[in-house]
This record gives sequence, structure tokens and C-alpha cells, in this order.
Amino acid sequence: MIGVERDETKLIARPVSMRLGGGMLAFLRKVWAVCAKDLRAELRGREVFSTMTSFSVLAVLTFGLAFDLRVPRSEMIAPGVLWVVILFGGVLGLNRSFGAEVDRGTLPALLLAPVDRSAIYFGKLLANLAFTLATTLVILGVMFFIFDVNMFHPVNVLGVALGILGYVGVGTIFAALTASSRARETMLPILLLPVMVPVFVAGVGLTAGVVDGKTFDDLRQWLGILAAFDLIFVIVAYLLFDLIWEDA
Amino acid sequence: MADDALIVATGIHKRYGRKRVLTGVDLVVPQGEVMALLGANGAGKSTLMRLICGLAKPDRGEVRLGGVSTRKAGHEMRRYIGLVAHSPLLYDNLSAWENLMFFASLYDIQQPEPRVEAVLHAVDLWPRRHDAVRTYSRGMTQRLAIGRAILHDPPVLLLDEPDTGLDPASAETLARLIRSLGASNRAILLTTHNLERALAWADSVSLLVDGKIVERAPTSTLTTDGLRRWLVETGSVG
Repeated sequence: MIGVERDETKLIARPVSMRLGGGMLAFLRKVWAVCAKDLRAELRGREVFSTMTSFSVLAVLTFGLAFDLRVPRSEMIAPGVLWVVILFGGVLGLNRSFGAEVDRGTLPALLLAPVDRSAIYFGKLLANLAFTLATTLVILGVMFFIFDVNMFHPVNVLGVALGILGYVGVGTIFAALTASSRARETMLPILLLPVMVPVFVAGVGLTAGVVDGKTFDDLRQWLGILAAFDLIFVIVAYLLFDLIWEDA
Repeated sequence: MADDALIVATGIHKRYGRKRVLTGVDLVVPQGEVMALLGANGAGKSTLMRLICGLAKPDRGEVRLGGVSTRKAGHEMRRYIGLVAHSPLLYDNLSAWENLMFFASLYDIQQPEPRVEAVLHAVDLWPRRHDAVRTYSRGMTQRLAIGRAILHDPPVLLLDEPDTGLDPASAETLARLIRSLGASNRAILLTTHNLERALAWADSVSLLVDGKIVERAPTSTLTTDGLRRWLVETGSVG
């Protein structure tokens, strides 16, 4: 085939020029490439967001039915329900983060790329953050109708965003750890949820305080715990991520 | 050891649990050579490929690519390796164009569009570039997998059974690609169960038996029948 031979000559004749090093900008470009790839794949496949959202909405409805007859004021249980649903719904998305790469056999291609593997971690973290934040927006909307509690208060939204950042920060590395395990669907929540106790306690404390009408000064401690958790665990995950793939 | 060797594996041992997969592999692939690695299923061919490309680490021994030990090299070393594995290493819900553009960004390829276009022409997929990979035939997917592996023009190319499941036309396209790539100063190590293709595509053949390279010969000295006898004698086929 003359056409193909001509194209092969063109392929060989055109030397590939690659940027070497490149510092922080190159690192961020790769982080964005991984994140954008996951977001694009999700737009096509609709695997993660739809699963997380369906489960979360059903969970809120179930909690609504379960507590409707027994609790005098829904404000008493709404904060707990919100954070339980975020944590449990989030696990479904985190499981797919690296699980989908293993199932499709694409993980070696990511690991073979000449990138600091922390770029893969941060790219996945950003994509997981986007999926979980979008799901949480839906949860907050549904809870407004089911529990008649408005949790769109700016301080609560900030606290939820901080909590989710810590959650997906730890969840992304645990998802990578368990991705190749046959029991990853059960392993991930078993490993992840105990580590999330500080986020859960601080998150419920913050949301309950907002619902109860406490001032920002009263809520500052919970925001501090969430921010400290984010900082510590994202740095630890960044430092450990490369070690996971020593013998991928 | 040849000075121009791009792939040098020395005394490679690897075990998974109690199973000893590789027990002292020595392998040299010089620049410009296509080597076919033959062996029975479970002989350790894929494990050796994984060790060479750095996806796994040997328990003992050393892999050197272009004279640099993979144990000591940083992530920039991965720039010099292209791998075609059993699975195509492609995102099936993305198009060929999107897949290659994604990998071009990971490899920091400057001006990625013309390079991706050239690769898609080379693997004969330019007309289908915007179709999702899941709609491709096995042969098309495999050609795109090769396109992904050569996108960054790596000097070391590892092809693990690239011809599995290909129809004759796709196998011929693959053969043409391998010949053109091998002629451009790369070192290509490929595995296949098809002896005719091993002889047609490669410059030399190495035989892996029970975790060790037991024979090595240039293909110019071998015939298909001779190669088959070789495999039978070493217990690589029944």
C-alpha cells in the first residue's frame, strides 16, 4: 500500500520533540491532562457521577422515610445524614477511580508515562473532587426538599468542600492501594472510613452548628480541623503515592 | 556485551510468591535489531517485558536501557520505552485522537497535533480518528495500541504478543510497521507464538525456557521447521 508507506516515511522523518523537565508548569499540565481525561471519560461513559448520585439520592430518601415518624425536628438528624451520605456515596466514585483503570487494563499506560506519579495522584484527586462536589450539590438540594433544612449556608458549603477535599485526598490513595485487589469494593470502605472519623466528626459538628444558627467564631474550630486534616493527609498521600507502584 | 546494545538484562531473577518465574535471564538487544522472544505460556516472557519496562522490579539482576540502569533512573527514563501489552492500554470510550492527545500531553510532546496526525496516518486510522475506540475491530485497536507505543518515538520498543487475534491484513500492516520501526535504530523486543511471523519480523530469536534464555540465533540461520524442532526439544511445545 503506497499510501501507508508514504505515511510511515513521514512518521520516521518527523522527529519528536519533547519538553524535558519543565518544572511546576509541566507538572500542572500533566495533572490537568489526567483530570481532563477522567472528566471526558465520565461524560462519555456516565459511570461514576450517575452511580454516586443515584445511590446518594436513594440514601437520603431512605433516611427521610426512616426518621420521619420518630424524630421531632429534622434539624436534629440532617447534619448526620448529610455526612453519612457523602462518605458512603463517595466510596462508589473512589472505587472507580483506579478500579476502572485496572478493569480496562490502562493502568500500565499511566504508570509508564514519564511523569512524577504524584501528577497522576493529583489529577485523579481533582477528578474525584469534581464528581463528589457535584454529587454533594445534588444531595444538598434533595435534603432541602426531604428534610426541609437549608444547608446552602456559605460556611457550611465551605466546610463541606474542605471535608470532601480531605475525603478524596485520602480516598484517592486508598483507591490506588486497593485497585488491584479482587475485594476492592469492600476493602476500600473498610480501610477508608476509620481514617475519616475526624472529618466526619468535624463535618457533623460544623453542619449542626450552622443549622443551629451558631456564629462563625463558634464554628471556626471545626473549619480548622477540616483544613488541618486536608493539609496533613494530602501531603502524606503525595509523599506515599509513588511507593504504591514499586511493583505494579 | 555489545557497546551499541539498547536493552541489556543481566542475571534477572523474579519470583511471585513461591513461584520462581525468571531464574537468571541474560539478554542483549542491540540498536537496530528486532528480537523475537519465544517460549511456552508461563515461561516468563511477559514478566521479562514488565521488568524491562520498569513496571516491576527484579529480585536480583539488573536491566540497563541505553547503558542506564532502570533501578537508578528517574521517571524520565520511561520516555525511552514504548510498550504494546496484552491489553491495548487505551481508553475505549475516548476516540483515537483523544487517546493519543492524552498520551502526547503526558509525554510532553511539543506540537502534539502534527505528531498525532502522523501516527494515525501510519497506523491507517486517520479516517476513523474521531470514533470511540470501543467501536474498533481487534485489528484496528491493536494498530492504535502500536500507535500509542510509538507516539513519543521511543528507542526501546517492547511488543508483547502484538499479533494475537489479528486477521491477515492487520498482521501485514503490523509487519510493515515493525519493519519500518526496526530500521530506524530502535531495539525491538517482541513475543509471539507464531513461528512464521517470528522468523519474518525479527532479526534474531531467543528462547525462554523455565525462566532462562536457553538458545539464541539469528533468524537467517533458522527455518520454521528448525525452529519448531528447537521448541519441541526444549519442551516449549508439546
